[in-house]
Amino acid sequence: MTPAIELIGIDKRFGEVHANNNVTLSIAQGSIHGIIGENGAGKSTLMSILFGFYAADKGEIKVRGEPVKIRSSSDAIALGIGMVHQHFMLVDPFTVLENVVLGAEGGALIGPALDKARAELNRLSHEYELDVDPDAIVGELPVGLQQRVEILKALFKGAEVLILDEPTGVLTPDEADHLFRILATLRDQGKTVIFITHKLREIMAITDHVAVMRRGELVADFETAKTNVEDLAEAMVGRRVLLRVEKGPSQPGEVVLEVKNVSWADRIGVARVDNVSFNVRKGEIVGIAGVSGNGQSELLDVIAGITRPKSGDVIFEGKGVGQLADPQYLRREGLAHVPEDRQHRGLITSFDASESGILGWHFEESLGRGFKLDRAKVIARGAEEMAQFDVRPANPLLKSAKFSGGNQQKLILAREIGSNPDLLIVGQPTRGVDIGAIEFIHRRLIELRDQGKAILLVSVELDEIRSLSDRILVMFAGRVMGERPGTADERELGLLMAGVSKDAA
Amino acid sequence: MDLSLLPEILSSTIRMSVPLILACLAGLWSERSGIVDIGLEGKMLVGAFASACAAAYFQSAWMGLLFAIVISVAMSLVHGYASINQRGNQVVSGVAINMLAAGLCVVLGNTWYGEGGRTPALAVTMRFMSIDFPGHDALFAMPVVGAIAKIFLDHSILTYVAFAMVPLSAWALAKTRFGLRLRAVGENPQAVDTAGISVAKLRYQAVIIAGILCGIAGSFLATSLSASFVRDMSAGRGFMALAALIFANWRAWPALFACLLFGFLQAIGNFLQGAHLGSFEIPVQFFNSLPYVMTVVLLAGFIGKSVPPKASGIPYTKDR
Amino acid sequence: MAARGDLPAWVDIGVIPLLNLTIALVVAGLVVVIIGENPFQALSIMLNGALGSLKGWSYMTYYATNFIFTGLAVAVAFHAGLFNIGGEGQAYVAGLGAAMAGLGLEFLPWWLVIPSAIIASAAFGAFWAWVPGYLQAKRGSHIVITTIMFNFIALSLMSYLINHVFRPLGKMSVESRAIDAGYIPSFRELGRMIGITAPNTPLNPVIFLALMSAFGVWYLLWRTKLGYEIRTVGANMDAAVYAGIRPQRIIMITMAISGGLAGLLAANEVLSAQHRLVLEYVQGAGFVGIAVALMGRNHPFGIILAAMLFGMLYQGGTELSFERPLISRDMIVVIQGLVILFMGALEQAFRPALLRYFARAGD
Repeated sequence: MTPAIELIGIDKRFGEVHANNNVTLSIAQGSIHGIIGENGAGKSTLMSILFGFYAADKGEIKVRGEPVKIRSSSDAIALGIGMVHQHFMLVDPFTVLENVVLGAEGGALIGPALDKARAELNRLSHEYELDVDPDAIVGELPVGLQQRVEILKALFKGAEVLILDEPTGVLTPDEADHLFRILATLRDQGKTVIFITHKLREIMAITDHVAVMRRGELVADFETAKTNVEDLAEAMVGRRVLLRVEKGPSQPGEVVLEVKNVSWADRIGVARVDNVSFNVRKGEIVGIAGVSGNGQSELLDVIAGITRPKSGDVIFEGKGVGQLADPQYLRREGLAHVPEDRQHRGLITSFDASESGILGWHFEESLGRGFKLDRAKVIARGAEEMAQFDVRPANPLLKSAKFSGGNQQKLILAREIGSNPDLLIVGQPTRGVDIGAIEFIHRRLIELRDQGKAILLVSVELDEIRSLSDRILVMFAGRVMGERPGTADERELGLLMAGVSKDAA
Repeated sequence: MDLSLLPEILSSTIRMSVPLILACLAGLWSERSGIVDIGLEGKMLVGAFASACAAAYFQSAWMGLLFAIVISVAMSLVHGYASINQRGNQVVSGVAINMLAAGLCVVLGNTWYGEGGRTPALAVTMRFMSIDFPGHDALFAMPVVGAIAKIFLDHSILTYVAFAMVPLSAWALAKTRFGLRLRAVGENPQAVDTAGISVAKLRYQAVIIAGILCGIAGSFLATSLSASFVRDMSAGRGFMALAALIFANWRAWPALFACLLFGFLQAIGNFLQGAHLGSFEIPVQFFNSLPYVMTVVLLAGFIGKSVPPKASGIPYTKDR
Repeated sequence: MAARGDLPAWVDIGVIPLLNLTIALVVAGLVVVIIGENPFQALSIMLNGALGSLKGWSYMTYYATNFIFTGLAVAVAFHAGLFNIGGEGQAYVAGLGAAMAGLGLEFLPWWLVIPSAIIASAAFGAFWAWVPGYLQAKRGSHIVITTIMFNFIALSLMSYLINHVFRPLGKMSVESRAIDAGYIPSFRELGRMIGITAPNTPLNPVIFLALMSAFGVWYLLWRTKLGYEIRTVGANMDAAVYAGIRPQRIIMITMAISGGLAGLLAANEVLSAQHRLVLEYVQGAGFVGIAVALMGRNHPFGIILAAMLFGMLYQGGTELSFERPLISRDMIVVIQGLVILFMGALEQAFRPALLRYFARAGD
């Protein structure tokens, strides 16, 4: 049988980055083909090329055996290729119908197309469990439904091949299951699905084939039934990494941080953090696990004083600080914070490294008396941080943007740990960081713990949580589902992360 | 206040609203596509200058209109190139266009006619005058009915064009493929791009429409409202139109009412110059500033809320 | 697609602005050709008019004084990520402060009146900018729109006040009476006291205030904690919040500083050059500030240079319009527009070509 899609020798560079290096991949008709790889492995770029969003520098594409030139998304759509992007391509104030019709209006007036789309949506919703109210305003729908609108858009335009880029990142486990059912139905009806993810579990659950990408290259292409998680992980990372960090047992001391019945609601009143309570002691690492978007980020913001809790309180070294919501006060009192999103929060890409190296601590008298900021002292501080954490290149005058992700992260850690805090709260310490830096960062966190400091760690990487934490809390839908020791097994934690709990607190 | 002035004030309101409506709709088209346009003022000004020169040269109001549109669109394209191709700062580009327009019109006018930028006075035949339909003298002479008829019927063709543009714009935005895509590109250009539609082309189309409308507005100023071009004759109308656009929350029908309101304030300001309320002289500046004050108050969220298209002012890049 | 690669620093801060400026001037030259004059001759008249005599230099510096103030005003706001197009209105309203202090405190000695009047200028300008800052910070209204609106409101307000409050009864021209107690004498007048003959121009000691302001802005932005916070808010709002900086507070403070700087223009004009509060005395200097800031790359040192360049254009342009009546003085406005267009909106136009050139040269 002719493959639905053949990519032959695809090559693409973005300046210095070799995003796709001579990638060749064949996708069988009527199958679900997974593409897996770490962040930045080139999966999204490859699919964007197939969808005509970027032009490949070299290479050939065949659709159903025919060589084709895909110069734009409209070429791809005309060839029956549809794509559901990681960030939805929806017009928020439009209705579902208007979104579906956009680009496939069929004539100068949109009236007839809207009628046609209404009938078609009706049919599709029966066929594939794709229920959505056609007249709903898309911006007001929950993400799961928005994703359905994206799928409907593609199907309405006649997609035979459907590309999904990290579709489960924003979904609850229930929504993800529903999506998998939809995809299976699509495959059974003869459609071809390309499924991009970095989650091994999903690959094993629904794909027929799986291609593995690493640093722009396609390194393996398996039949899913004939492979296993370990082999995939190895192919993804390149060598068998034992994420287990060597660490002794913890010696927890007195309580440093106490979170008491904290709740926080977003602007439209949805409780994103729901009555959360726990504490962190000196000399231990408490990890918060959970699928991204279950309230961890918001909880971190409340503890760091960036947002004020709606109710409840945060008690830091015996003082109630929740209602203060003053990050500078907290820093003075000994709380350091490595934010989840280093590019958007942790440093300022247009500042030089030394200026990023004082972000949040710029008020300190040691950097200049009163209102003054002493440039020489700022540079000296930056140089010291870089030396302490082996940041390369060790040039405090280089722009922050010019450092690699790992080195940026090391600079931030150096800044925060360098303040000699009593409590370090750290979000996604190794997201988008190379393996070498991950090991380095993990070791420094353990060291800090062994010096008797308290650490609160939030990560969506379960492996990271398990290898570092002495106690693990699992968050789901804004609530703490339960607490487990650092030795808890993966399946048990996974169930809690999915909201299944025997001891729901 | 003298009630007998009312028909004249209302008729003047309609006249004063015309450039506001056209410029406001120009802003509407541009901004709904995601291109912020604070250069409405400048485009209107070059339109006025071009129409005054061309009408005088060709002895024809219509040639004036044509040149106004061509020159105004040319300015639009400069703004489009800066905003769309070069992804420059749209506010900066608008400021530049306003200055270029203010300077160029006077420099060229001074060279050509040597009167400090003023262009030659246009004869009645080279202007857009009130439409001369059969029996209008008789109609206007009738008591009451005549006065009312005169409010609405004693206008030039451009006035009716301007008012017709309102339903036309509203309809085109809501019901046509072009309108749907244009609204989409102002909210989420990536969604449009991934649907296989060119973002740049749509935005250029929007910018050109804005140019055409500003050209008509300029032509109205120089060949209908007045009989020549004089320096700075747009007198802030482009910015007032911008204020009206905010007031109307970027929608066509409300834009009409905002422009009528602002036009009314202008008309009343002109008529009440030197008028007294008791012993207090009503300052004309009060009416001049009212549209801006109202807009600030509105923007501050004290009366309702005004939300611009989400992508307006943000250059579109495919970059990762 | 233009790759956002890197160019050597000297290209970024040297070659690109120079190229953009050249293009702006070439286009201006084309306009001169269109109106039937010789652009090279025009240029030489302008250069000669500004640089050919001490008087030319003096005038040029007098104009530059205004542009340094308004350029700094735009630049300070820019560093906080705010586009203040309201310098014109802020400077205009500042004239009110200058006139109120200058005329109202006449019973005090000059050495008290002048500083009070200068402070009042800055304070009124600061207030007129603080309000849009407040509206942006607390009510979410867009600063660009509100500052535009405030320019027009200032126009009406000042026109009313000058006409109805400040204009002496029976006087035809729309201006206040002379400010004598708070008057800052020109260098010519000061020179006369000690027997030195300075050229007959309005240049006065406020130029030192302008230079000090430029140094002050540099010091504020790069040597103080407040400046660090301002730049952080401008560069990355989320990072600022993370760092415990309150953006709302910074926006209001920065706008007040920006307006205060624009307001100092009143010291140069109302307290000295004009000697009184005159209708629409700002004459577009607020908008020139945008061009100056863009050209000076929002750095105080660059702003001083750019302000001098625009001072030269103004002085040279005046001479030019005397010698070549066909070329109206409004030619300067055209050049301003072109500078803003090419150095602002089209700033990156040459970058792709230069990138390609340097990529090839590097191979």
